[in-house]
Amino acid sequence: MEKSILRLTLNGRERADAVDGNVLLIDYIREIAGLTGTKMGCDGGECGACTVLVDGEPRLACISLAASAEGHDVETIESLAEGTRLSALQKSFHQKLGSQCGFCTPGMIMASEGLLRKNPDPSVEEIRTGLSGNICRCTGYVKIIESVQDAAERKAEGDAA
Amino acid sequence: MSADRPAIARPAGKNALIGERTPLIDGAEKVSGVAKYPADLDATGALVGRIYRSPYGHAEIINLDVEAARKIPGVVAIVTGDDCDVTYGILPVAQNEYPLARGKVRYRGEPVAAVAAIDEATAEAALRAIVMEVNELPIYDRSEDSRAPGAALLHDDKPDNLERSVHTEFGDVATEFANADIVREAVHDCAEVTQMHMDPHAGIAEYDVERHRLLLQSATQVPYYVHLMVAQCMKMDKSSIRVIKPFIGGGFGARTETLNYELVLCLLARAAKGKVRIKLSREETFFTHRGRPRTKINMKIGMKKDGRFTACECTVEQSGGGYGGYGIVTILYAGALLNAIYDIPAVKYDGYRVYTNTPPCGAMRGHGTVDVRHAFETLLDKMAEELGIDALELRRRNFLQTPTTTINGIKVTSYGFPDCIDWAEEASGWKKRHGQLPYGKGLGIACSHYVSGAAKPVHWTGEPHATVNLKLDYDAGVTVLTGAADIGQGSSTILAQVVGEVLGLGLNRITVIANDSRITPKDNGSYSSRVTFMVGNAALEAAQNLQKLLIEAAARKMEAKPEDIECLGEIYRVAAKQGVEMSYEDVVREALVDTGTITVKGNFTVPREYQGGKFHGAAVGPSMAYSYAALAVEVDVDEITGRVNIENIWVAHDCGYALNPLAVEGQIQGAVWMGLGQAVSEENRYFKGLLVGPNVLDYRVPTIKDSPHIEVKIVESNDPNGPFGAKEASEGALAAVLPAVANAVYDAIGIRVDDMPLTPERIVDAMVKHERDTKAQRQAAQ
Repeated sequence: MEKSILRLTLNGRERADAVDGNVLLIDYIREIAGLTGTKMGCDGGECGACTVLVDGEPRLACISLAASAEGHDVETIESLAEGTRLSALQKSFHQKLGSQCGFCTPGMIMASEGLLRKNPDPSVEEIRTGLSGNICRCTGYVKIIESVQDAAERKAEGDAA
Repeated sequence: MSADRPAIARPAGKNALIGERTPLIDGAEKVSGVAKYPADLDATGALVGRIYRSPYGHAEIINLDVEAARKIPGVVAIVTGDDCDVTYGILPVAQNEYPLARGKVRYRGEPVAAVAAIDEATAEAALRAIVMEVNELPIYDRSEDSRAPGAALLHDDKPDNLERSVHTEFGDVATEFANADIVREAVHDCAEVTQMHMDPHAGIAEYDVERHRLLLQSATQVPYYVHLMVAQCMKMDKSSIRVIKPFIGGGFGARTETLNYELVLCLLARAAKGKVRIKLSREETFFTHRGRPRTKINMKIGMKKDGRFTACECTVEQSGGGYGGYGIVTILYAGALLNAIYDIPAVKYDGYRVYTNTPPCGAMRGHGTVDVRHAFETLLDKMAEELGIDALELRRRNFLQTPTTTINGIKVTSYGFPDCIDWAEEASGWKKRHGQLPYGKGLGIACSHYVSGAAKPVHWTGEPHATVNLKLDYDAGVTVLTGAADIGQGSSTILAQVVGEVLGLGLNRITVIANDSRITPKDNGSYSSRVTFMVGNAALEAAQNLQKLLIEAAARKMEAKPEDIECLGEIYRVAAKQGVEMSYEDVVREALVDTGTITVKGNFTVPREYQGGKFHGAAVGPSMAYSYAALAVEVDVDEITGRVNIENIWVAHDCGYALNPLAVEGQIQGAVWMGLGQAVSEENRYFKGLLVGPNVLDYRVPTIKDSPHIEVKIVESNDPNGPFGAKEASEGALAAVLPAVANAVYDAIGIRVDDMPLTPERIVDAMVKHERDTKAQRQAAQ
């Protein structure tokens, strides 16, 4: 297959990579860019573990072609922390135990990030709707909802970092 | 934290870790995406491993031709059943599985050959070039078919395809049933379910042909067992193998035994003389399975008019899949845990573990007890109604008087069960709401229990059940070395808390290193909710041993007797003398003077008297402590679609003492929610050996939209043998969910549905049948 140059912004950095036309966005992120925070939990589009933001919108990287991100702004879980300083959502998921085994967590946090950017003060039902495409097998979701609520409060109080 | 919880004695000023809501010590890695799971490990230079799986459900292999595949450029190695003639399995007495099939395949998806190639495309081309000729045999999806007279045998040495039958009888069953005022029976059919941990199986192995050494990194709950089985199947010295467990995406029991892909991966790495990575697809992870078997139960209970149990008789038949796995343990647990929750004078159990042409089942969360508890608790609910006794009052009349030894030799030393029931009754508004809600809405309660670690490990060596090492060096940091596998449940955090609590140190001074066979002590692994209890006790002893050394050093330096030294963690002082004190770092320096780097050890062994009776199969069921749970569910049944919506769950769980209440809540909520999936939607179905819909869409785990709030009450009964009184906190409440939902559905629509899961189809079928039956009865009466 012919490789072509894929230009996009990944976690704030402009990149240009030679990529086969059939490469999925998740494989581009994990294998080419080497960012393994984005997870593959199913055989395609079923579990939400691969959720990233494309131009701020949650997108399933496992059923998106890398080429579809041409010229767009892609954000993964690695973009949220400043160095090792956790973002509000990351802090809340950590402190409220919204993450147990942690495998669904990057996707869950990115979906939550997309939600909070649009809706900084979501109701429980809005959180449920916003995260309805993300499966977690550990928590029963209770502490995930509490984590998102906690992060919304943190952000409202100005603890965005 | 409730104000009434029992306090831990510690001097004023000493740092508190036990009993505190403590985020996981490895949580930051997880939320930042830094944590490396097996599929994330550095695979630079690694070959791609892929497995050729049987497309047949049951067949004799006549010929397997891999030569065309071998010739494809870029294919580095191919292994088949010829490359390993050693069986493996969790129980030394029931190892009947080869890493790659030899002579016969017994389920669709069974590994037959494997390829290591330079890339995915080449590996796939090689799989397509493999040719398998077979003689197809009859396929049995269900135990009733494989047990039928004349059925072809899956294993020649197992007549009637029976892996194991268990027959136990405790107490005088015939007399006690004769003493009963009512005897009732029910038949249940609970579907097979699977763990569906979030990360598909993956691993990376590197074989060094120059030094004949193997490094395996794999997603396992039991690195030690994997180590043993890799050595056995590879015919290698154990000392030449190193096993590391990285972060793993949960387990829930699927990874409590060595899995075929782990052995195949190692065989491939040796054949390829290098590094190979295997990443199974979600579909392949379903084929690897090891979940809860489909279970048919015949439950019979005898009761006096006042609701006292007289006897119980239970028959269980499990469709266990094509190989032994944990099967014998599962069928034994199913019987053993009929006891140790209520006082039942006589219990008879007949269990049948049956081979079927389906992926092997295993030790799923709540191992063995879940479906049987469902049968018991729903029949109890029916009989309570018939006798006109409140179902909770009936349970109260059957409490164990603890401490006690049950009729099957199980010791119950702590029993917070009554408090669990009281809370669930109160929180759910049971008295005012059960039986009073409008049609379509219902409230149900059920109860359950579980072990805090199997008293006998599955691989019995006579060694201590758990060992923890501590290292203290010039930096004054304490390194906890453990083989206990943190699989997301937070076991490493618990060990850090235990050690820190004893030494009075903050978590900043403590580092946990886990699961590297070169560095960390052997551990039996994360199964049967053993880690907090057993490894926690070993960590407690290790920390006490370290503290003793520190106190002796402080006493020496301050010219006092060790018994007069008071440890406040960062300060050691002479209790009687005002102002005579040393900093922790100075104490460490003094302690190192004579010995250099300090390493201490703590062990834990379950005393013989807790290891069960003398009868055949007595080793399964006994534990040093049992958790108890009572759970109430409120449902809303849609009478048009038959959908059961779960509105609310209240659960009280007696975990002895919550070492980390945050983690305990998380574990209980997760366990309850997993039970909820089994209760309403999760089901593995087979058609001629084909697993129908092995994906995350068709295997319906509840989404966040389907999942209710789960309110948790932690009950603390202070177990006399648990570390700081702690016992099991992550499996015990699961089994109560199924019967609580079924009881709630009955309260909602007046119909008993005994099978599981309560899918819309089952509910609608039951409603249609109920309507037809009611009409027929009316007509007959006219």
